[in-house]
Parts: sequence; structure tokens; C-alpha cells
Amino acid sequence: MKQRTSILAWVFLLTMALLPSTIRAQVTPTVASNEPELIEVDVETKVRRIAVPALVAPSPADTPAGNSATLGRQIAEVISANLRNSGLFEPQGPAGIRPIALEEVTAPQYDYWKGRNVEQLVEGFVRVGGDGNLTVGCYLYDVNFGQELTRLGFVVPPREWRRAAHKCADAIYSKLTGELPFFDSRIAYIAETGPKGKRVKRLAIMDSDGANHRFITNGQSTALTPRFSPNYKSILYLSYQDGNPRIYVYDIDSGRQRLITASKNPTFAPRWSPDGQTILYSMAVAGNTDIYKISVNGGSPVKLTSAPGIDVGGSFSPDGRQIVFESDRGGSQQVYVMNADGSNQRRISHGGGRYATPEWSPRGDLIAYTRIAGDFRVGVMRPDGSGERLLTDSWQDEAPTWAPNGRVIQFFRTERNTGKTSVWQVDLTGRNERKLPTPVDGSDPAWGPVLP
Amino acid sequence: MKMTNKARTFALLLIASTALAACGKKEVKDLPPVADNTTYGNTGDTVTPTGDAIVPGSQEDFLQSVGQMGDRIFFDTDRFNVDTADQAVLQTQAQWLARYPNTRVTLEGHADERGTRDYNLALGERRANAAKNYLASLGVDSSRIQTVSYGKERPQALGSNEESWAQNRRAVTVVVR
Repeated sequence: MKQRTSILAWVFLLTMALLPSTIRAQVTPTVASNEPELIEVDVETKVRRIAVPALVAPSPADTPAGNSATLGRQIAEVISANLRNSGLFEPQGPAGIRPIALEEVTAPQYDYWKGRNVEQLVEGFVRVGGDGNLTVGCYLYDVNFGQELTRLGFVVPPREWRRAAHKCADAIYSKLTGELPFFDSRIAYIAETGPKGKRVKRLAIMDSDGANHRFITNGQSTALTPRFSPNYKSILYLSYQDGNPRIYVYDIDSGRQRLITASKNPTFAPRWSPDGQTILYSMAVAGNTDIYKISVNGGSPVKLTSAPGIDVGGSFSPDGRQIVFESDRGGSQQVYVMNADGSNQRRISHGGGRYATPEWSPRGDLIAYTRIAGDFRVGVMRPDGSGERLLTDSWQDEAPTWAPNGRVIQFFRTERNTGKTSVWQVDLTGRNERKLPTPVDGSDPAWGPVLP
Repeated sequence: MKMTNKARTFALLLIASTALAACGKKEVKDLPPVADNTTYGNTGDTVTPTGDAIVPGSQEDFLQSVGQMGDRIFFDTDRFNVDTADQAVLQTQAQWLARYPNTRVTLEGHADERGTRDYNLALGERRANAAKNYLASLGVDSSRIQTVSYGKERPQALGSNEESWAQNRRAVTVVVR
């Protein structure tokens, strides 16, 4: 039942070597990679008008995922929705704009699109090959300069047509914003149903845009706080399956799971190291919770904290050398950083109120957290604790998780009184906030890396 | 102000206990409607009078003996200390446990919704263990007591206000067998 088909990147002969560097310089802001001393977070805010007509299907043919002409329109719809949801684009189409002819894919009618008042144009095609796979071509043009900016091609089985759309949208987003891609990625989260006093909580997974949703557990025992492994092959999560909170590793291919430690003590707050080789977890012994790490292959756990207070959670820096975690050793929940061996523990949050659920950005430049001062709000700070900025303002926003490019954050929002939950997304400007479509209520989102 | 909430919770608990104690332990066949004169009403996991005799040493017997809210102690926000009011409740529980030395209990630790999920799991552990340690100090063999934290996953009161949160920051003793 497992789909282990990878996208074959298909390199066109004429790549973007033709692209004049002046254009690239104009559309590409500076990427600040791993520069903690950066004073300002360079957040892209320009909104681009871009046209996305339906992809052309040269000789329409039926596939298990529908006719290729329909797929051409659906792929354009996904590209358009991704770009719009990033908050950095104002797409037109595919609905409401004219279809294009195959010849236009490589020879766009710039004057026509200038008349539509768009700055960029995405065109492409879908072909059904003899082996039944789809070949999807994706071209990005600058309308004003009359220039091709990039082109990409993908060969995918028909059932994975959305991935071709995500890859195309990622290429456009990266080319025009200078940021790393993030659309072609997945989310693990907890699907919630039932009344507040008797919530049913199931482990579920979905694409970054909410599509391809799948429930994994049946809800008989409460599931919490999932984390996709970096290779997407397994999920760490907490289950009350045996009556106690325990961390399991669920193998997606086999559907089997195992405990991460034989200890009878409750374990919770599981996290992966960036290389997927180490599991970080919290364990309560006689009521006192500390943070431990253990190899994904088992062996002896290493105790990283020993304060008498609650030390819980944790998130590795992208280079794996440091861990940000929360502790109430000083009297209230605050954010601390330590080396990956547990040495040099120091508090970094000083803004007043309580700070919880720190998550290190995959880019390394920021740490996201839940700030508790009356209401719960999601914010970011630099790894030295400076530059604190709150991104959301609601009654209870909790547990941020980073997009693979470190520029977008998901979190969950709890509604006052009803206890209803939903998964939300916000970018680093704090302005582009939206609710993710989930079939039922959702909490504890955990964003995985860009798919291989 | 937090103490006020807690004090009020405990006061209501006393009313509930008194009301139940007035029923008398032996009159199990004809319990009146539970605690009409309190704001709590039925807690959802209390004894339903069925006409059958309550088995000595059972969860029903425990609730009969300690009073309707006598199975639990309450905590202030982010705290896990057992104060004098809690001690009185746990002493009553310990007396029952001394009467039935073959019983075992689970101490459930809970937190209110105004904490983050992982932290609340840790906090529930602290609370359950604080109650366990106090029972042990009263002579209850600690091997008879297991703990489990539900964090904020199982609220008793469903509102999003101080009164509800005060009821949810609790450690509840449940007889296993």
C-alpha cells in the first residue's frame, strides 16, 4: 500500500543560463543564512501579480488520476493556491483567464499578459507517457522584461500529480523571493473530534496544503505531539495506548510501532535530531521531568538536564550542536539553550511572562515559541534571546512548527470555552495568517522537511 | 487571588462531603439526588445508586467513604504543593486505604487548559506524585499507588474561566481494585 515513488527531476537542455543576472538581482532579496548576529530579519513582503493559466495537455489522455487536460487545470489551481497562501503573490487563474496553446508554453505572448497587468507568468504542459507516467513542464516568465526566469520538468506517476504542482510552485517561489522552497512537504498533526470533556485525538498526516489527508490511529487511545522523521519514514508521537503517556516510533511503511525506551516511566515531548539519528524526549521520574536523548537504534539514554524543576521539550539547532528547551527551574517556564551534550545551560528568554515550546528554525536564525502572558501568542526571537517579535494575537495560540524554509510557521489555536482547535499558518511578517483546511479539528502540527 | 479560588474550591468540596456524609454510609439503597445545594452537581464519575449493595473496598465504596469530592485535591496555577486542606482530604483517603490494605489506587494528575501541552503533562506528574508522596508519608505503601498524568487532556469542568480551571488543577485518587 506504500507509495515510494520519487519525483525524477527532469532537466531541460536550455536552463536558466540565459537569465540575465540583473533581473535576478532585482527580484532576489538577500538570503541571510545562519547569521544569528543579523540585526533585522529580512522578511520579503512584496506581493507579485502572477498569471497561472491551466497547463496545456497536448494530446489529452485518461490516467488513473483523471484526464490529463483536467490534471493540467488542477495543477495550475494548486500552483495558484500555494502562491496565494504564501501571502507573497496575487495570482490570476487558472479560472477566469484564457487557456493557452502549446506553442505559447515556450513562446509566451508577453504583450497580452502585460495587458492583464501581471508581472510574471507561469505556463506549462502535461503529457502522458507510454509508461503511464506524467511529464509536467513548468516555465516561469517575467512579463515586463520579456524573459524566461526558470523552467523545470518532472516525471510523476499520475497519483502524485500534486507533487509536480508543489515542485513547480516551489521553483517559482524560490526564484522570485530568494527564499528556500517549502510547498512540497508534509505535516503530521493530531485530528480532534468530540466534546471538550471527552476529546478523541488521532494521529493524522497531510500535505503542507492539507491535501492527501490520512488518519493513522483510530482514536481508541489519545495520541499527542507527533513529529515526522526527517526522511518521512516514521513518526514519533505520544500515545496512551497502554494507559500511560509513552513515546512510540510509528513506521509508516509497515504500520508497526515500538516504544523508544523500555523504561516504565512516562515519556513525552519527542523530537528528532536534524539527521534523524537521535531522539530527544522528556521523562518524569518520581514526578521530576528531565530531558534525555537516545539513539534511534536504541542503546542507553543520556540524561541532559538535572534541575529540580520541569525541564521539557527541546529542539536541535540545524547543525545539531545545540538544543533549545524550556524549564521552570527559575520559577516559571522560560526558554534555555544548551550544548547537545547538556553542557552550558543558559536562559535566553527575558521578555516577561512565560515562554514555552521553543522550536529552532531550520535556517538557524530564529527560535519560535509560545509566549504566555494572559493569552498564548506565537513569537520568534534570535538564538541569543534578542529581537523578540510576536506574530499572532489570539486567546490561545500554541506550539509553533517551522516550514522547511524557516519563513513560515504553523501552530494551533484553541477556542475559548468550546476547546475547539484548528491548525493555522503565519509568515514572519505576522500579516499573512490563515487557517489550514482539515477534515476535523486539528492540533499539534509538526512540519517535515522538503520531500526528497 | 489564586488562594481565594482554591479556598473556594475546597469550601465547596466540604459542603459536598458534608452533604454526602449526611446520607450515612449504610443507607446505600436509597441515596438522595446528589448535592443539589452545590454548584457542582454530578461530577460524571460518581456512584449511581442502583439498589445493589456497594462492594467493600471498591471505587464506589471509596467514594461513599471519602465524600463526593473527597477523592481529589486541588492546586494553584503551576503549583504542586499539598497544603493543609489537601492534607485533610488525603488523610481521609489514607484511613480508607488502611481499612482495605489489599486495594491499589491510581493517582491521576491534571492541569488546566491554560498551560502548554508538554509542560502540563510534566505538571500533572508532579501533582500526582505530590499526592502519592503525602499518602505514603501517612503510611500507605507506595507500591499500592501508581501515578498517571493526563496534563490538560481530561478537564473536569468545561468552562474557560478561573472557576473551571481551579477544578481542573487536581490530583484524583481512583481505586484500581
